[in-house]
Amino acid sequence: MSETTTYDIAIIGGGIMGCATALRVAEGGMSAIVLDQGDLGQGASGVNAGTLSLQIKRVKLMPYALKGHHLWEQMGEAVGFAKTGGYTLAFNAREAQMLQERQTLKAQAGAPISFVSNVQLSAAEPNLTQKVEAASFCPEDGYANSSLTGQYYRGRLRDAHIPYREGCKVTAIERTTGFALTTPDGTIHAKRILLAAGAWLKPLAALLDVDLPVNARVNTVSVTERMAPLMGSVIGHATGLLTMKQKANGTVLIGGGWQGLGTPQNGRGTVDAQTVRPNLALAQYAVPALAQARVTRSWTGFEANVPDFYPLAGALPGVADADVLGCVRGGYTIGPYIAQLMGDYILGREPELPLFNPGRDFEKDIT
Amino acid sequence: MPDHYDIAVVGAGPAGGNATLAAAQSGARVILIDEQPKAGGQVWRSKSASILSSPATPEGVAGDTLRASLADGSITHLPNTRVWDIRRQDDVWSLQVLQDETATQITARALILATGAREYVQPVRGWTTPGVIGLAGATALFKQSLTLPGNKTVVSGTGPLVFYVASEIRRLGGTVAAVVTPNTRADWARAMPAMIGQPKLMARGAIWITDLMLAKVPILWGHAISEVSGADRVTGVQTHRLRDNTLGPSYSADSLCLGHGLIPNIEAAQMLGVAIRHDPTLGGWVADADPDGATTVKDLYLCGDGCGIRGAAAAGLQGILAGTRAANDIAGKPTTASTRKWMRAARFGKAMTALSIPKPKLEALTTNDTILCRCESMTCSDISAEIDRGATSTTSVKSGQRAGMGPCGGKYCQTAIAALIAQQTGKPLADVPPPAPRPPLRPVPLGQVAGDFDYDDLPIPKPAPL
Repeated sequence: MSETTTYDIAIIGGGIMGCATALRVAEGGMSAIVLDQGDLGQGASGVNAGTLSLQIKRVKLMPYALKGHHLWEQMGEAVGFAKTGGYTLAFNAREAQMLQERQTLKAQAGAPISFVSNVQLSAAEPNLTQKVEAASFCPEDGYANSSLTGQYYRGRLRDAHIPYREGCKVTAIERTTGFALTTPDGTIHAKRILLAAGAWLKPLAALLDVDLPVNARVNTVSVTERMAPLMGSVIGHATGLLTMKQKANGTVLIGGGWQGLGTPQNGRGTVDAQTVRPNLALAQYAVPALAQARVTRSWTGFEANVPDFYPLAGALPGVADADVLGCVRGGYTIGPYIAQLMGDYILGREPELPLFNPGRDFEKDIT
Repeated sequence: MPDHYDIAVVGAGPAGGNATLAAAQSGARVILIDEQPKAGGQVWRSKSASILSSPATPEGVAGDTLRASLADGSITHLPNTRVWDIRRQDDVWSLQVLQDETATQITARALILATGAREYVQPVRGWTTPGVIGLAGATALFKQSLTLPGNKTVVSGTGPLVFYVASEIRRLGGTVAAVVTPNTRADWARAMPAMIGQPKLMARGAIWITDLMLAKVPILWGHAISEVSGADRVTGVQTHRLRDNTLGPSYSADSLCLGHGLIPNIEAAQMLGVAIRHDPTLGGWVADADPDGATTVKDLYLCGDGCGIRGAAAAGLQGILAGTRAANDIAGKPTTASTRKWMRAARFGKAMTALSIPKPKLEALTTNDTILCRCESMTCSDISAEIDRGATSTTSVKSGQRAGMGPCGGKYCQTAIAALIAQQTGKPLADVPPPAPRPPLRPVPLGQVAGDFDYDDLPIPKPAPL
């Protein structure tokens, strides 16, 4: 079985970055197809905690995060966007100092972060613990509903008449005049390709004999049953190891990057009770009334990264007409924007902000 | 209580209870973990203290025998205990449990899952009205406390359970307005050859039906409930004749017992990596295990309805096989038990399962405005629209519509949702597996999982790079 169509570009990976790039290049006149080994938006894009917080973004990525945040606001209700504002808490002197140092740098980078008094804090969030040592606030912070990622992009791709294939794992890539991709749906031909497979980038690039130094973090998220109102804004921790928000339906989503078990190559990750427990304890410490909430589900998602924790966004080293996009710290917030930059680059336009060379020396600091 | 054992058994029904006894007899140190206050599971459920003097039933007697054997001292039985996560670490199983609101961890070399089954109810308009309970759920009320579902009850569903429930309601002094079963007399005639091997069970069934007929309780064969009326409480039901899709009689009643067979509880096995397959003759999605319980996962064994609905008799026999096998494997001894008795019992159980499987015509009674996911109040048309928008897996439907994210974790809705996906996309049911199960296996209070802690002792890792 083989298709006669040759697409201008085949995008491998149907998460936020793959789908949003497809939309951008299609707007620019290219014919694109999106291929995903599972369903659209079921990797990190669809299982992360959905936090859109500038307070936990890397300083050098702040310009990208500000732009990304704006795009989420435009997507609005279709992705469950809510701009609630967010508080980041420190519970002891060491954390307070860390908060002060980090948030000052982030504010300088453009995030509208300020420090708030305990009086202001308890007025805004009366169910928070009284044991807060210091707190910062960002009015831009909020969340979207990551589980709507698949539904949202499926609809956008359909509206744009961009074909997508779910359950379509690329098992071999042959260089011809362009590329021939072996899939369960037959061979798919494209003039160029974009690898946007998140935590699965390493095995994917290996099909082209490229070794990308991609590692995967196994981030844990838990959700409670519906509760009476407990918090109105996104709650974070100075170390970044807690993110928490109560959704409109009353459920409380608890994340913070506590590590589960497993690797992308071996399928889905698994929750580790030894890390779920302190994650939930930290949430309960911040909002004591959570002790009564029943946890209904805990899960993990693979977050891809490279050793310097900056994105891969640009040409795949050594393979003409192949690009890679992924490993973006804060990728949920930044994804829709960096995908636009990537799309512009593929269309031969100058991106508004610089991309991140996937062939760089990962041991050196990015300047 | 030491926290390390040779074998941990999860579930104290006929399968798990017998597995525990067999493994202990073979010399293993066994812990039996169960949610209920007393062993026996659903079928051999124990009486509460208030009804101890009530007449004995065959299930009660079998349960009492099991409970007496388990109490001989060589076995650790943890009642009222909820297993919320299981992992394999360093070649042992570690089980996270909540007992009496306290979180602890139990480790064992081998694990036997005897997680039983849950009830399927094909949703119809009004099925979430208070006063509607499951058929199997009703039996739990009888066995534990002789409680009746209401004053006047319609009993409806597939398989033999519908007659047992109706007959028990009458025996306990309640009124049965009608028995409504989608099965036809021809369905039962087809099951006869398999039933002949179990004359005792067959005789009990004959007594139930005779009792109902003598009492002139209407029995509607080939009928189903198509709508339940009542706002805060059931006030009546409408029946539907399946053969020609026409309205049948309606009945006023304050309660309805409704059930369409059992679904294996596969979540724990699936979470631990046991392959699942779709086999309608065993109740739908089942976890793969050998007759003696061995699986492709090292040191993990399954028995009873959790690996296919074959009934209590077969479950008890498979429990013995699995307990013996697990203990022998630990001791490095070969197992040579015969599976013949189990196969004979399983044949009868499978015939009953075949009768209990919801018929395709029942699915048509789930109208667009019927609630499919009761935790999130999603209707059939909500789910249907999501499928039309391109969600062609149960996972996609769950992500888009939250069906399966409520307290039941999809245990109530996934079967109906998968059927809807299959119907709308033309995929075979075997290509529409349930979503990946995730811990907690049961909802658990956050404070109990977190336990007592000092903030300074929380193992907070180093923060993300700036």
